[in-house]
Order: sequence, then structure tokens, then C-alpha cells
Amino acid sequence: MYYLCIATGLSVLISAILDRKKTATALKIAWKKFIAILPAFLTMLILVSIILFLIPDTMISQYLGNESRFIGIVFASSFGSITLMPGFVAYPLCGILLKKGVSYMVLAAFTTTLMMVGILTYPVEKEYFGVKVTIIRNLISFCMALLIALVIGFFFGEL
Amino acid sequence: MKIQKKTIRFLAMSTYGAFLLASFLLGFSPGKQIGYNFFSFSIEMLKILPCAFILIGLFEVWVKKEKVEKHLGPESGFVGYVWVILLAGTTVGGLYVAFPVAYSLYNKGAKLSVIFTYIGAAGICRIPMTIFEASFMGLRFSFIRLMVSIPLVLVSSIWLGNYLEKRNYKIMAGK
Repeated sequence: MYYLCIATGLSVLISAILDRKKTATALKIAWKKFIAILPAFLTMLILVSIILFLIPDTMISQYLGNESRFIGIVFASSFGSITLMPGFVAYPLCGILLKKGVSYMVLAAFTTTLMMVGILTYPVEKEYFGVKVTIIRNLISFCMALLIALVIGFFFGEL
Repeated sequence: MKIQKKTIRFLAMSTYGAFLLASFLLGFSPGKQIGYNFFSFSIEMLKILPCAFILIGLFEVWVKKEKVEKHLGPESGFVGYVWVILLAGTTVGGLYVAFPVAYSLYNKGAKLSVIFTYIGAAGICRIPMTIFEASFMGLRFSFIRLMVSIPLVLVSSIWLGNYLEKRNYKIMAGK
């Protein structure tokens, strides 16, 4: 995460050297945009905090390890769509599940929906792109995640 | 109508805040867990969002509209997609960072299919995340996943972009 801060700091510095006024405007724009979207972010954080309580990691592990791969995929893609997890939480979890014998296919369904489908990010996405686009994009992403899971399953000989 | 919506939102948020406060005072453990989730996620986002928005601000003042239009606009061709996939690769955080960036690109003249590609790619091929993924799931898994998902993102984004543009769809924030 540090490199982001360093890159941002350097950019602001270079920008300020080149043109102070423009830099001040940029910071003002940044602030305004941030404040404008803040309520949507708060809504999302509140939803995340509740959903993560209702669906803890232990529950996800339990359902993903279902004996039937088909049911496993159904659960994996649903959990992946509903929850929101940073990669540094999700991948170690998947690593553990993999060792426990959960198939690559199910884990692919989980991580891909996690990354591409966002029911919890809906308040933020809608604020920028509108309801219609948000719904279509999420539906397409969901189907795509299933397709990716199937191809992974095929290559790992799990089908 | 708008005021009403704001009031409801305000009430819901204050109820939530009061619930957290009461849970911590009374030692109600589900409430404490929810509060913990809220704070850990907020901190996670606060590490990224300020930087992301400052960069967006700089982008808005320094990058000329004509430039974005030329490289990512209606006449940009295939190279435009390559550019945004590379840009997405360096994006940090998650979709919630990709949305404001995509919105700025759109307002500077990028076409719809390009911004959908950006959002999709920001989901699946962020470089730091992919390295992390490969270390837990194996290189083979990450490689197959990328090889399958990048073309899918491209095809679906181009389809959705063209579909909406044919209908003269303009993105309307919040509607």
C-alpha cells in the first residue's frame, strides 16, 4: 500500500512544482468528489459489516467444501457475490480450503465473483453509473465467473 | 422526495451508530463483532481512497479531454482496450476504487466499452492481487484464469458498450 502513497505524494509534488494553482484545484476536486460519494461508501461499509457478521469465514469454508461440486459452485458464487473481502483475506482462505480438498473450480467461482460481482458495492456503483448499467454489469459478471470456473474445472480435470 | 431520502438515510445511519455504541457499552457481542467489521473495513479503505481521489483530481486538471478522447474514445480502436487493461493492472483496492476512476475517464470522453473493460479488468487482473493469488493458488491457476477472463471481459464489455451506445444511452449518475 505504501507505493500508492509514495506515488500520490510524488505526483502532487511534481504537479505543485509545475503549477500551484492547478494543483490546488486538483485537491479541491478530489475533496469534493470524495465528500459527494461518502454517504454511498458509508452505506456500503454498514452493509459489509452486517453481512460479514452473518456470513463468517468459517461458514464459507463449510459450504464450499460440499461434496457435490455443483452445490459447491452454487454456494461459492453466491457467497462471492454477496460478500466483500480484500485479496489478502480471501486468498489465504482459499489456500487453506485448497489444502482441505476443495476443488479449484469451486474456488475459482468464489474468487471471481468476489472480484467482479458486487452486491455490497451496489450503493457506490449506482451512484456513478445508474441502476440499469449496474444491474446489467453485475449479471454479466456473474455469468462470466461461472464460465471461468467451468474452464478452470476443465483444465484441472475436475469436470 | 430528495430530502425524504436523505432523512431516511440519516435515520438509518444514526440507528446503526446507536446500536454499535449500545453494543459496546452493554457488551453485546454480535454488535461488537459488527462494529469491529465496520472499523477494520473503514481503515482498509481509508488507506486507499484519499490517494485514489487525489490522483483522480490531478487527472481531471492535467489530462486534456482531447487526449482521452483520442486514445480511449469512439475512434480509439483496439489499442484503447490495451491501455485501460494496463491501467487496471496497476489499480489498487477493488471495484470501489475502479468506479470513480472509470467515471472520470467517461467524463473525459472515453467510450462505454472502454470503461466497462477497465472496471472488469480492475476486478480480475490487478497485478499485486494476481501475484498474491498465484502464491496461494499456484501459477497455473492464475494463468488459466487470466487467459480466460481477459477475452471474456473484452467481449462482454464491447457488447454492452455497443448495445448501450446504439440506444444512445447516456450514463446518468444515481439514476
